[in-house]
Amino acid sequence: MARIVAGIACSHVPAIGAAMDRGTTDTPYWQPLFSGYAPAREWLAKLDPDVAVVVYNDHASAFSLEIIPTFLIGVADTFPIADEGFGPRPVPAVQGHPRLAWHLAESLILDEFDMTIANHMPVDHGLTVPLSITCGQPAAWPFRVIPLCVNVVQYPPPTGARCHKLGRAIKRAVENYQEDLRVVVYGTGGMSHQLQGERAGFINREFDTAFLDGMTRDPLALTRITHTEYMREAGSEGIEMVMWHVMRGALDDRVNEVYRHYHVPASNTAAAVMILENRSAA
Amino acid sequence: MSAPKDYDDIPGTYVYDAERGRMGYPLNMFCMSLTKAENRANFKRDEDAYLGRFELTPEQHRCVRERDWLGMLKVGGNIYYTIKIAFCDGLTFQDVAGMMSGVSKETYAQMMLDGGRSPEGNRYKQPEKKTNG
Repeated sequence: MARIVAGIACSHVPAIGAAMDRGTTDTPYWQPLFSGYAPAREWLAKLDPDVAVVVYNDHASAFSLEIIPTFLIGVADTFPIADEGFGPRPVPAVQGHPRLAWHLAESLILDEFDMTIANHMPVDHGLTVPLSITCGQPAAWPFRVIPLCVNVVQYPPPTGARCHKLGRAIKRAVENYQEDLRVVVYGTGGMSHQLQGERAGFINREFDTAFLDGMTRDPLALTRITHTEYMREAGSEGIEMVMWHVMRGALDDRVNEVYRHYHVPASNTAAAVMILENRSAA
Repeated sequence: MSAPKDYDDIPGTYVYDAERGRMGYPLNMFCMSLTKAENRANFKRDEDAYLGRFELTPEQHRCVRERDWLGMLKVGGNIYYTIKIAFCDGLTFQDVAGMMSGVSKETYAQMMLDGGRSPEGNRYKQPEKKTNG
């Protein structure tokens, strides 16, 4: 039987990917951020999962404003790397897990989550930067990936509470899959940041710290944060932290925080990586 | 006209909601076209002609031609889309963020190195600004 063994929360700042692609991670600007990624990479290599469900948002790459899916699951064999306006990132294409992905799609829809299904979809930095951060620069990604997109570009995104419930449904679906697979779930995006307007550059370390703490201590309390509160307290683009709730909902009620790294700035953003393990898996 | 939103009092922030979505659709779809190398080349070759293919308002057209990043947000631009113009120009997200907040690139970069723009005094519009909308 398949099971979810851990959750990874990870920012997906494009500049972090660019620093890796250009080999500038040792510069004084980037070194403090990247030095904190090494323990997460070691932990993940040791865990060696079979599949990762990566919850992320597309940034006007695969989707434009023509069609805006609130929740979408990718069921393809392979997901090509998107050209985001300056050529695709030089990273391996992402290998999917169609059987588990279709199982998830069917289970989630019958569990009343009306997923959009994607058979062909380029993936952008929202998905590839967390893979780069946690896997480094391998010739091929070390596990299969099921992309799960959440709209956070057109207001309103789904609520944190809804995202948490989707995570619960993912957990149920994975646990009903008849194959021994060890699955990790990534919640990507965040932390506090604002990319637009006169208030660009907004960072709220206090909010971020409380959010990181709450992921272990009281995740349900965090699901009650309103969209306006995210935008006011974590910056207009900080609202993408709703995606962390999908990851958290997919884990057990009780988790151990295995690792945390938080750094300001990564370009315009407060960046974090945090690892949560189910206590039952420990 | 929809009712005032509880996020309207967040300063310096243009939430890409239904209203801006309606207004900004052609502008953002122009930006989306720049994800193709061929379109980027055509845009660079003759910006006015290329923009003419999209149904932009005169103000949206002006904002793009003058690279008025803040102006684009006010006429329905979505930052994830308008940034594609900046990438086409060889600018970074941080360059544009500095321009939108009205400070030099260096000042903005230093603010970020110092921990970013503080929440203190930046959560709510000042009362005098509120009355001006």
